[in-house]
Formats: sequence, C-alpha cells, structure tokens
Amino acid sequence: MLERSWPAEGATRVPYWVYQDEGIYREEQQKIFRGDTWSYLCLEAELPEPKSFVTTFVGDMPVVVTRDASGALHAWENRCAHRGALVCMQPRGTAERFTCIYHNWTYDHAGSLTSVAFRRGIAGKGGMPADASPESQSPQQFRVQSINGVVFGTLSTRVPPLETYIGPEILTRLKRVLVKPLKVLGAYTQVLPNNWKLYMDNVKDTYHASLLHLFFTRFRINRLTQRGGVFVSPDGAHHCTYTEMVEDKGDAYEKDGMRSAGSQSFSLENAEVLDQADEFGDRVSIQILSLFPGFVLHQIRNSLAARQVVPKGVERTELHWTLFGFADDDAAMTRRRLLQANLVGPAGYISMEDGAATGFVQRGVAGSPERASVIEMGGSTVGSGDSRITETAVRGLWQAWRRHMQV
Amino acid sequence: MKSGSEPDSISLQFEVERLHARYAHALDSDRLEDWPGFFTGNGRYRIATAENEERGLPLPVLYAEGRAMLRDRIASLRHANIYEPQRYRHIVSGILLERDSDRVVKSTANFVVIRIMQDGATMVFASGRYVDRIVVPDMLYEERVVICDSRRFDTLLAIPL
Repeated sequence: MLERSWPAEGATRVPYWVYQDEGIYREEQQKIFRGDTWSYLCLEAELPEPKSFVTTFVGDMPVVVTRDASGALHAWENRCAHRGALVCMQPRGTAERFTCIYHNWTYDHAGSLTSVAFRRGIAGKGGMPADASPESQSPQQFRVQSINGVVFGTLSTRVPPLETYIGPEILTRLKRVLVKPLKVLGAYTQVLPNNWKLYMDNVKDTYHASLLHLFFTRFRINRLTQRGGVFVSPDGAHHCTYTEMVEDKGDAYEKDGMRSAGSQSFSLENAEVLDQADEFGDRVSIQILSLFPGFVLHQIRNSLAARQVVPKGVERTELHWTLFGFADDDAAMTRRRLLQANLVGPAGYISMEDGAATGFVQRGVAGSPERASVIEMGGSTVGSGDSRITETAVRGLWQAWRRHMQV
Repeated sequence: MKSGSEPDSISLQFEVERLHARYAHALDSDRLEDWPGFFTGNGRYRIATAENEERGLPLPVLYAEGRAMLRDRIASLRHANIYEPQRYRHIVSGILLERDSDRVVKSTANFVVIRIMQDGATMVFASGRYVDRIVVPDMLYEERVVICDSRRFDTLLAIPL
C-alpha cells in the first residue's frame, strides 16, 4: 500500500514522513490499533462493582469497557449498530443496560444488541422485515484480558494471549509494580502537539532522559552513570528501562559540559518531593515500561501511573494519565505519592519537557519528509543491555511498526 | 457575606479583589519570584481538576506546601525546566467572600487564563475557580486551590495559574 520507501541505512534511520502522512495515519488505525496488537483500556479499579463501565479509546475508535453482573470484563466499540451514534456518552458510571439516545436501541454489558425499538412495528404497521439483520452491523467486541488489575483489549483473533504478546522478560517487570490491588488517585490529559509515535519514541529513548531533564540529572535521580539497564522484547515492540537508587558521585556530566548538569548552586529547599520509600524492596528508583502500540507504565520513585497514548490526528496526541497507588496505602504513602505527583504530568518537574521536545521535532521536520532521524546510539541492533547510552528500544519500536505496517 | 457592618464588607471585598489582582499581575508580568510571597509561610497551593474533585480523588496537577516548595517550583522553572517562552493573561472575576473566622476569609473567584506563545499563538489555556483561604489582615493565601474546569492541558503547564 505504502509508496514511501525506508532509507537504505535500515534500522538506524527513521524517515520523517512517518510523522506527517495522513495515509499512514489511517493505515496505522487499521493495521496497528485495530490489528494484531493489545491496547490498554483501563484499570480494574475503575470498574469497582458489577455493572460499572468506563469509556475509552483504542486508536480513533471509541470504546466502552464494562464489568457485567457476574463480574466479567467486556469491551466493545461505542457505536450503535443502527446509525453509528455513540451508545454511551458518560465517561464512567454504572448502568443496567446501554441505550442509544438516537432511536433507543439497547445493548447489554457485553455490547450485544438486545432490543430494537418497534422492531415489529405497531399494530401491524411499520417495523423491520422479518429477515432484517441489524445485528450484522453490531459494535465490534474486543477480546479482553487483565494483568494484575490492568485491562487490555484487542479486536484481533490472531494475536496471541496477552502474556505471550508481552513476553516473559517485560511481563516480569510489569508484574514487579502491579503487586497488590490498585487504588486510583486521579487522572488528567496532556495534549501533545505531535504525532503519537514521537511520544512513544521519546518514552523508549533512554539516551535523552538525563540530558533533556535537568531535574533528573541535577538531583542525581537518573544519570546514565548510575546502575540501570534496558530490556527490549525480542520482537522490538515492548521495552522496560530502570535505574537503581544508588547515588552517583561521578562528574561525567560536569566534565562533558552538559547543560543538564547545570549550575552547582541550584538545589531544592524542600526535597520532600523526592523522598522515596523502597516499596518494592529492590532499590529501583525509576522504571519506565512501554507496550506496543501505546501504553506506558511508570514508577518514578513512588509515583505510579498508567499513560495511555491516544492519537487524535497526524499532528495531535492525547496522553491520558491515570495515577494510582495501592488499596492498602497508609496516609503517609498517599501523601508521598501526591507530593511526587509534582514530578509527572503536564506540570511535572520531569515530564513537562517531553511535550515540548516532541512538539519541537514535529515542527522541525515540517519541510523534510524525506530526511531521517539518526538512531545509531548503541549501534544498529535491537536487544537488552546494561547501558542506557543506547537507542536500542527506539529501534525496537520501528522494527515492530514496520512489521505491522509492512514497510 | 455574614460578618461585619456593611462598610467593613465593602472594604474586605476591595482588599481581596486587590490581592487577586496583584497575584495575577505578578504572574502575567513574569515576576514569578514574587509568587511565594502571596502565601503564608506554610501556605498551600494546589492545581486540581473539577473531574477529580467531583470523583473525590486527591490527585493534584501541581502541589506545593509552604513557601520553600513554592520557591523550588520557581527555581526549577528558572534553572531546570525547558519550555518555550510564553506568557499568561489572567482574567479574574465573580469574587464571592465568606467569613470563616476572625482570622480567615474564604474566597471563591472565577478565572480564565489566556496563554500567549512567543510566535503570537493565543489560546484559552485554562478556566476554573480559585477557592482560597485568606488570612486577614495580612492578606496572604493560607490555601489556594485552583480547580480547572477541564481535565485537558495543552502541551505543558509551566507557569503557575
């Protein structure tokens, strides 16, 4: 389908047209978001009781996620079989059934059409013919699976079960954080002025973190000289990077004159926002994990969050943040998580810059669709390692993307 | 307005409006270093969303407790964080007061913040309510909760609201 060709250098180049092309965007919706991938839907903690629901998105597609009367999870396209209107307009709540406001067609918690208003007409007049099959246009129903309280869905019948899709190495790192029932602390949306993939390759770019984010480096939260590593799934699609808490006494950044090392006079008067409890008992200070195509789970000290990447057109992306703790958190831990909420989100000491940087790329490449970014840190391969001065996870993203897009 | 004689009420209303105006002008004219001085020593500042408030969820978009944390936020903006040059224009109106105690007056006010980027791009960046506890007669915020009407934030929120 695609007429564009990939640069001859292969894995070390990403051409800029991938962030600019309307046709690519439409194909991604079909081949990736509605294709053989698992997408994040919500947290089970958002569906606390039978008959509760939330609405979300998988790519462009509006989706309803429910827990039925028996407790089972379902997800289905938020589109009426009749004329295509949204069936569910509330963001969350509980419901006995779902009724489209347009013509009163009704669905159960699994998204199955249960009633068509006046289907047989009234007093022998009107209504649908006996052989009509409005069910043929029913909302699409997802396969739904949950891992330790995080709910995913897919429209694909071919994609392997979720845990197989993620793979053992990344799955272990995911379960490392999801150790207990979760409690939602709140949510918000950051609107990014760039293509969704620029955000994903920012997340997977372990090389940038301590160079762009002075806050990381100045306070030695994450320097590339600290112990840590990168895991990339064999197919390149998913990644996880972590940094240990051990304080780095080195001065590699100062010697190289990095801007992010900053002036020595800058320090926090009240460093309580950085005060970490080693809740997982492994001295990991930061873990960032991503699943293809658009899910990120972060542990930044004691801040925990699910980030859902929702494309909203070629040059616009919504990042839906849901911050959480554990149901058994005491008041001190909740306070710690809320103070550390200052590190992330649109006003995050650390996260705010990602929105700026990815937007700068979108604007910078506007006149050069045929040029390419250079992704050559750590060579040209995709794989796990103990150095974060590498772009291996970024190459993994593009390896997976090209496989799905057949380009 | 429950307390005091009518002239006192008018004078208090005037003082609170002037506090809100001085606060807004300081932020809009890039006098960010003045910002912590609008709060009491252990004053609290929290940006929240109406959605989280209605759901009873405590998550702040930004939270600071005491002048030291407020100063840290500004120091980080000046020395650490990278963001495109931008200005705000605050419009504050509809200020309603209620006496909490001899020492504290509660204020609720509407706000709109317009954001102007360096290339001139101008947008309504945020709207909502300031829900304040103000210490009198010092006229300092003991607590300022900024409840944004929308859960959406465009690109990033650097300068406080």
